[in-house]
Amino acid sequence: MKILVCLGNVPDTTTKIRFNSDMTRFDVTGVQWVINPWDELALTRAIELKEQSGGKIEKVTVVNVGKIDSEPTIRKALAIGADDAVRIDADAADSYFIAAQIAEAVKSEKFDIIFAGIESSDYNAASVGGMLAEFLDIPSVSSVSSVEITNDEMILKREIEGGKETLTIPTPFVAIIQKGICINPRIPAMRGIMMARTKPLTVVPPADIQLMTEMSVFELPPAKGTCKMVDAEDTDKLVDLLHNEAKAI
Amino acid sequence: MSILVFTEHRNGKIKKHAFEAVAYAAAIAKNISSQVIALSVGKVEEQELSLLAAYGAHKVISVTQDAYNYLDNQLYSQLIHEVAQNENSDCIVFCNSNTGKAIAPRLSVRMKAALVAGAAAIPSSFNPFTVKRRSYNGSAFSNVIVKSDEKIITINQNSCEVAENPVPVSIEQYTPKTDVAVAKTSVKNVDVVAGKILLTEAGIVVSGGRGMKSGDQWKPLEELAELLGAGIACSRPVSDEGWRPHDEHVGQTGKIIAPDLYIAVGISGAIQHIGGVSGTKIMVAINKDKDAPIFSYADYGIVGDAFDILPRLIDSIRKFKSA
Repeated sequence: MKILVCLGNVPDTTTKIRFNSDMTRFDVTGVQWVINPWDELALTRAIELKEQSGGKIEKVTVVNVGKIDSEPTIRKALAIGADDAVRIDADAADSYFIAAQIAEAVKSEKFDIIFAGIESSDYNAASVGGMLAEFLDIPSVSSVSSVEITNDEMILKREIEGGKETLTIPTPFVAIIQKGICINPRIPAMRGIMMARTKPLTVVPPADIQLMTEMSVFELPPAKGTCKMVDAEDTDKLVDLLHNEAKAI
Repeated sequence: MSILVFTEHRNGKIKKHAFEAVAYAAAIAKNISSQVIALSVGKVEEQELSLLAAYGAHKVISVTQDAYNYLDNQLYSQLIHEVAQNENSDCIVFCNSNTGKAIAPRLSVRMKAALVAGAAAIPSSFNPFTVKRRSYNGSAFSNVIVKSDEKIITINQNSCEVAENPVPVSIEQYTPKTDVAVAKTSVKNVDVVAGKILLTEAGIVVSGGRGMKSGDQWKPLEELAELLGAGIACSRPVSDEGWRPHDEHVGQTGKIIAPDLYIAVGISGAIQHIGGVSGTKIMVAINKDKDAPIFSYADYGIVGDAFDILPRLIDSIRKFKSA
């Protein structure tokens, strides 16, 4: 069996978000790039599953749509424990474009399990996994917080409002991964970093995909007014403000 | 042409977010002279379905067959595609919920329709069709231009005014032609905590951070939440420490919520936390550090120890409620 993990290259989650002067482009000056947090969780679980499989899972491949500047992030995934990587050499335009590119690039290799993080921390569209599954015409499960393989059966848990559902699914499938899938993301060890240098990273040209959306301008949220401070002794005052001024209670 | 809204319910009660989705569709319909049609899947009484008319749904299509009891992404996206074709819908609106996120992307590929995910406002322009959506974990918005004729929008909470707009409604019980054998998932077990207030539906959310000191000191927060009919949330360190379950974690990698009132107790306000609550209307912060970043996002603040302030706040609210 083979696992594919979709990998996004995103600004570090503590990045101060800024744009160029006409608000059409994200300002990358000084930005640290990292593996999208949900993809990092998915990758960690994929590697755990491979280790527990007693050789049944032969490899974990990562795929990224990005230009050469996403390679440090891909190498980090290899250092964490992915076996090989594919980079589709194009700017990640929107979710539809990314999913279509990945579908084209991987359809001949027939992965049994595909993981995609539920969303990216920059575009936040929560769409690539579902779109990829539809392009490949295979089942998908979203909001997945647990993947176990027991006697060759795939047992997934997905979050529903107020609880969880446990379900089974035949391979191949796409699992769209959220928090809870593993305890902590793995960090690369020195040995992993050394090995990552020689692991295969294949660069493929993008397919010709028509864009469905176009970015116009970015906006920053309106600045918050100053916080009205209430004396710690005077909680009656807070209740009064929340009722009469904010109309929130 | 029509705008189709996928409306979600919980145990037969239509969700607040679903009414908002219908109001959102009605706001679009008014501008492009279209009609709003709601689709409901699962067992919801006709009387409950007719409530959708108050927000502008002219027609409600109800699918109640057992094959649709559990969400299967392929089955549901095929069903919605089928209904969209029947109703000549060129715009489909979902809530940006777990369910919306599960189905809308598949449908987008199926219909070759652009997807605007996480819309934060009604379209700012209809030609070209332009929608503002949440990005960078709530630190920014991006305005997206749709290039396809057909489009799918998933809306965030509080993305539009939930305006009443009553219209006459017809309710149609529909038997889908979709082959139910496309469903490949098989649900074996459902584990739901009964009666728990859903964070994504709650008007008021009370949330605790590291300042609550340990998992067994949550009583005053729970008491406050109960008094306000609020949902209970926490910051990431709290769920990582195992003080509270993961499903209560709000923030960048947890839940994204947009309540009318958010009360943050002992939460410093790291950017990752703010990302999950930036859609909040009114925020109250209680923190013993007067320089905590949370105060630059909050509308009202109290500097002080949570265990000192919470009992007093509870008393004040009791007094207010009984007045």
